[in-house]
Amino acid sequence: MVYYNEMFEGESVRDPYARLSEWVRTMPEDFRQMKQAEAEALFRRIGITFAVYGEGGDPDRLIPFDMMPRVFEQSEWRRLERGIKQRARALNAFLRDVYGRGEIIRAGRIPARLVYRNAAYEKAVVGIVPPRGVYSHIIGIDLVRTAKDEFFVLEDNCRTPSGVSYMLENREIMMRMFPQLFRQSRIEPVEQYPELLRRTLESVAPAKCDSRPTCVILTPGHYNSAYYEHSFLANLMGVELVEGQDLFVDGEFVYMRTTQGPKRVDVIYRRIDDPFLDPLCFRPDSMLGVPGLMDVYRSGGVSICSAPGAGVADDKAIYTFVPEMIRFYLGEEPLLNNVQTWTLWKEEDYRHVMANLPDLVVKEVHGSGGYGMLVGPKASKEEIETFRKKIEANPSNYIAQPTLSLSTCPTFVEEGVAPRHVDLRPFCLCGDRIELVPGGLTRVALREGSLVVNSSQGGGVKDTWVLSE
Amino acid sequence: MLSRTASNLFWMGRHLERAETAARLLDVGQRITLLPNTAAGYQSEWNSLLQASGAADQFRQKYNDLTQENIEEFIFFDRDNPSSVANCIEKARESGRIVRTALTGQVWDALNVTYQELRKIEKTPRSKLDTATLTDFTTSHTSTVRGAINATQLRNDGWHFMNTGFGLERADATARLLDVKYFVLLPRIEFVGSGLDTYQWMVILRALSAHRAFHWAYGGDITAARVADFLILNGESPRSLITSLYETVWHLDGLVRRYGENAPAGARNQARATLEALQARNIDMIFDEGLHEFLSWFIGEIGTVSNLVHQDYLLGGS
Repeated sequence: MVYYNEMFEGESVRDPYARLSEWVRTMPEDFRQMKQAEAEALFRRIGITFAVYGEGGDPDRLIPFDMMPRVFEQSEWRRLERGIKQRARALNAFLRDVYGRGEIIRAGRIPARLVYRNAAYEKAVVGIVPPRGVYSHIIGIDLVRTAKDEFFVLEDNCRTPSGVSYMLENREIMMRMFPQLFRQSRIEPVEQYPELLRRTLESVAPAKCDSRPTCVILTPGHYNSAYYEHSFLANLMGVELVEGQDLFVDGEFVYMRTTQGPKRVDVIYRRIDDPFLDPLCFRPDSMLGVPGLMDVYRSGGVSICSAPGAGVADDKAIYTFVPEMIRFYLGEEPLLNNVQTWTLWKEEDYRHVMANLPDLVVKEVHGSGGYGMLVGPKASKEEIETFRKKIEANPSNYIAQPTLSLSTCPTFVEEGVAPRHVDLRPFCLCGDRIELVPGGLTRVALREGSLVVNSSQGGGVKDTWVLSE
Repeated sequence: MLSRTASNLFWMGRHLERAETAARLLDVGQRITLLPNTAAGYQSEWNSLLQASGAADQFRQKYNDLTQENIEEFIFFDRDNPSSVANCIEKARESGRIVRTALTGQVWDALNVTYQELRKIEKTPRSKLDTATLTDFTTSHTSTVRGAINATQLRNDGWHFMNTGFGLERADATARLLDVKYFVLLPRIEFVGSGLDTYQWMVILRALSAHRAFHWAYGGDITAARVADFLILNGESPRSLITSLYETVWHLDGLVRRYGENAPAGARNQARATLEALQARNIDMIFDEGLHEFLSWFIGEIGTVSNLVHQDYLLGGS
């Protein structure tokens, strides 16, 4: 398989990479090692670490950072930006519809079963229209590239996409270590993200809020693998980072416990999953949530970002219908394409997939983080046969996609610089308007030949540059 | 400020101070073993130090012999000992991590580096570590954190909570150390003021890094009354009961000023009352009352203040 290398056009280096290419070429070997060690020390010092659930080992593991940035031209980025914003609008329109009249289902564009019997569909939200009709306020859209002008959406994340702290810290560390690179190239800043996020949250305060809204970030606590990100964002936004135990419901409102007594909370950016939000409404054994929160939410006393049940829009089964949503709600043609997807509950798709397992990637409908998936071309015969049995047992739990020829970016490796596969997650903010900072999180599969970029599976991160005109 | 944040800042202060106390105990124990053997042997010294850290029983359950290696393991490394240096540093760092948004970059940095260094020490073979390395590690890093706090933190309620934690813990530690030395080693009144005494008091001064300061402050012979005065009533002595409590009151006052007179002020009022009671005494009165009785009263008062801090601020008014 031939992979698109983002650095080259034919034999020659593309313009956006020209300076970097020169930078690498003239870089002394020991300088690189010194800088790599410096970067690692900085990350550890700042405390940016992540833990992988259920793997044991070092709870303060560092996510590998690659110093070679990935670069987009302004024109490339504009195209992406339009496509991402379009998708974000359609996803929110879909959520508003399925928790309302369900027009898209009545019109026969999406099967009712996939929506109403979806585990992520939240009955408790039916009939509620949150402020400005926005259900998902932070949407992470995972993109892959296969050729110079070919981008595909791999999946949407409408619940609580993580990774934005890496986007910000990668940039911070690159600017600190290589200021000359930033002086030479004109790179669009991303550091306004926390400010935009705070504005977005304030813009969806409930109608009952009559003064400047008090926003908080709700975290499951410091044992969570993304805790660093939660505290990082709270700090940059200047809002409190709360746990469930810090909040309580009294009458029509939610309050937080402070050293000066109760203080009302208007907007909750929650980083805990739906089932744990409110033990009175969802899982009764949840210790992470706030009893009575959903009652306050339903009566318009507090905004929850993203709304409970927003996950119904980013399900891998619903994903296949997003282009349809764009046509249905916006009357536009999708600017970004989906990856071709076979849904195994369809008879013909099932036959096709089962006959071609060694060439396909098969994923669980509700899986995430690179777990529970089969990468056909990389799997052994036994692995394929084991997976085949799992599919046979429950076909509707799976979707399949062709193995994409993911683009590569030059990456520092032991022997110097070599191409490694990358993807991209930009973070789209939806409030009174739709915002997107020029950049995102580029994840890179550091193992040679690997197509899996998840940090839990040996992936690393890179700074992502958008050049200004 | 969130009650939970305040609580973590308060306990961060307490655990840092507690780590320092543990390291000082280790240091003083080490010094004693270098001196010519006393009649009772230095074993009883180690024992009294364990008593001071409030964990003698726990030590006996886990270790057989009072050897230097065992004690070092127990006081510095042992995760089963809640007051070990390693545990206190980890808890302080954990509290700091939970409330990172309330700390400046420098404070977090100092705290995190302390923890990373601790992990390195834990991975070093014990044979390569001597006691001085361990105590120096602890005191220099806790000083760095404290320095960062005083140099960079906003003088806001969070700062007051941290320092209230430091102050109460320090008052408690000094009182306990005094109590153990007095109660364990000198239970019989005829020993008070005897030759054996001087040496014991020296040990206390060393444990509090105060032996030089003592001479500057008083000069002349080391006597029980002077040492006790220095560590209980001398307002210049940084670890004396009165200084620790005075600073605690100052920080609690800061909270009351900030939150307004209508907010609960139980802890401040209690701490003030205890401080006044302390100021009303001189050292003869304390000896007449009985040093042990006096210290028991004081430790009880500190416990009450600590509980009132919780009631006033850390429950969130619900």
